[in-house]
Formats: sequence, C-alpha cells, structure tokens
Amino acid sequence: MSGCRPQAACALVTGGSRGIGAAIARELAADGWTVAVNFQRDENGAQQVCKAITASGGTARAIRGDVRCAGAAEELLGRAAELAPVLCLVNNAGVRADNLALSLTDEDWQSVLDTNLSAAFRLTRLSLRAMIRARFGRVVNIASVVGPRANAGQSNYAAAKAGLIAMSKTIGVEVARRGVTVNTLAPGLINTDMTRGVESTLLEGVPARRAGLPHEVAACARFLASDAASYVNASTLFVDGGLAA
Amino acid sequence: MSAEATTDTVLDVVTDTLAGFGTEREQIAPAATFEQLDVDSLDLAELAQVIEERFGTQLRASDVKDVKSVGDLVDLIIARG
Repeated sequence: MSGCRPQAACALVTGGSRGIGAAIARELAADGWTVAVNFQRDENGAQQVCKAITASGGTARAIRGDVRCAGAAEELLGRAAELAPVLCLVNNAGVRADNLALSLTDEDWQSVLDTNLSAAFRLTRLSLRAMIRARFGRVVNIASVVGPRANAGQSNYAAAKAGLIAMSKTIGVEVARRGVTVNTLAPGLINTDMTRGVESTLLEGVPARRAGLPHEVAACARFLASDAASYVNASTLFVDGGLAA
Repeated sequence: MSAEATTDTVLDVVTDTLAGFGTEREQIAPAATFEQLDVDSLDLAELAQVIEERFGTQLRASDVKDVKSVGDLVDLIIARG
C-alpha cells in the first residue's frame, strides 16, 4: 500500500531543540510537515527552531517533556496532535553516559537505556495507533553507527542503539501493510554538542576524513518521512561517511 | 461520545471494520472464526481500537488472546461494556 501523506499531518521530533533533532525539525517543516519540537531543558533552543520554521512559512510548536517519564508518550503525542494528526515520529532524544563496562554504574547503564530505547518504544507504540488508522505513518528512529560497530566506552549507548535498530525492524514488519514505515538512521560522528568529548579515534576510521553535519542526517530523515520512501521499511540507513562499511 | 454497546450495534461495527480490512462481508457471522476469516493480530489490534473509539470499551491484548470467533468477541465487548 503506497498512500500519500494527508494534508494535515504533524511530525513530533523528540530532542528537537539542538543538533540533529533541530536540523530534522527544520527539514521536515521545509517538506510541509507541521512540527512539534520536543525539548527537555533547552526551551530557548526549541523556540529558536520554531521561530525559524514559522519565519519560513511553516507551523511549529515547542513542547516540553522528558521522554523517560511515565506518561510522557501520552503527554507529548497528545499535545502534538493538537496541531494535526501525528503521522511522523522521530525518536531523536538521546543521552550518553560513557565509561568502560568495568566502571559503568547501574544508573549510567539504565539511564541511557531508558532514554534512548525504552522511551522510543513507548512513543512508537502509542503513535502507531493513529498511523495505522490513517493508513499512513512514518517512524524514524535515530540510532548510531556504534549500534553495530564497537566503540570502547559506550557499551550502554551501543546496546540501546543496537536495540533501537532491532526494534525498528520488527515493528516495521508488523505494521507495513497499514502503510506505516519504521526505519532507522545510523549517524556516524556528527558535529553536535553531544559528540563533543567523544574519542577522536573514531574520526580516524572515517573514510570521508571528516565528521558529518546535522543537516546531512536531517536530509535522510526528510527522505524517510516522505512519500518517496513509502517502500523503504524496517531498514537502517547509515549516515557515517563510510565508517560502518 | 461512546455509542451504546448492544449485540446488534457491536456486531455491525465489527462487521463493518473487518469488511474494511478486506474480509468478505458475507462471510462475517457470529460463528465465523478469525482463522476462517484470515483476520490476524494486527487486524484484531486495530479492531480493538475501533471498539474503544466507538463504545469506550478497552480491550487489552490479554483479553482478545483467547477469542476465536466473531461471536466470542461481540460477547466479550458486551460483557466489558
């Protein structure tokens, strides 16, 4: 089934106040989506994103919320749906708590899993209800090249991102015949606040010999959310300058 | 506003919904099993959503797990309503 995006359609981007999330929010808006820009702490950043979107003729609203919290999925999707039916979900919100496995605490393990994987699952589960009824939906999960490719000091992050990839594949298969796609982007080393301090040894292995930029990831998110990607499902697109090859 | 859940109204909604999924309307009857109708778990999950929207009756996955036929489902919805 290859339906087209309904005219009234909202995209919820978690962690949309900066970095990759902000770039994705702008790119989706440029493609005609109404955008709900979720933020946890950086309200100013989220408002700046919304301002840029509305200045370009789009519609956007900043929505505060910690994706880890119980009830966050209902709260965020409910508020986003006030703009338009939420037919695109970008699970971008993520945290890092790096350390060698020998030294990683239970708290650091769990907090990364909670934000990067469990929250994404709860949001996806709830968002699918409207998508399957609309016979159209796009879930774009922002994983990482360190899901499948080892990077010492990130066992918790890697587990969460690898889990996100597997989760996306399974859910994509479950809902494919309702016109809903669930895909994953796996960025490599991208210049954002979140990668500041990550070991530069990763950069040495990048065939492109440079870090990526948020807009390069956002362009891929825009494609996966578009009508043109209606036959792309349960797949992972690496945006990593060749790192995972 | 939720509609009143009577056997007839529930059966109508279930029939219309399954027909919308592609099931032959003439085959949808209380005695028909979901296996016979080629109705799978995704269909039942969406049907549960429709029932909730129309009648306010929440059906969890554990509720429908052992429901085999259209009639069983209608009875369950009436009982839960």
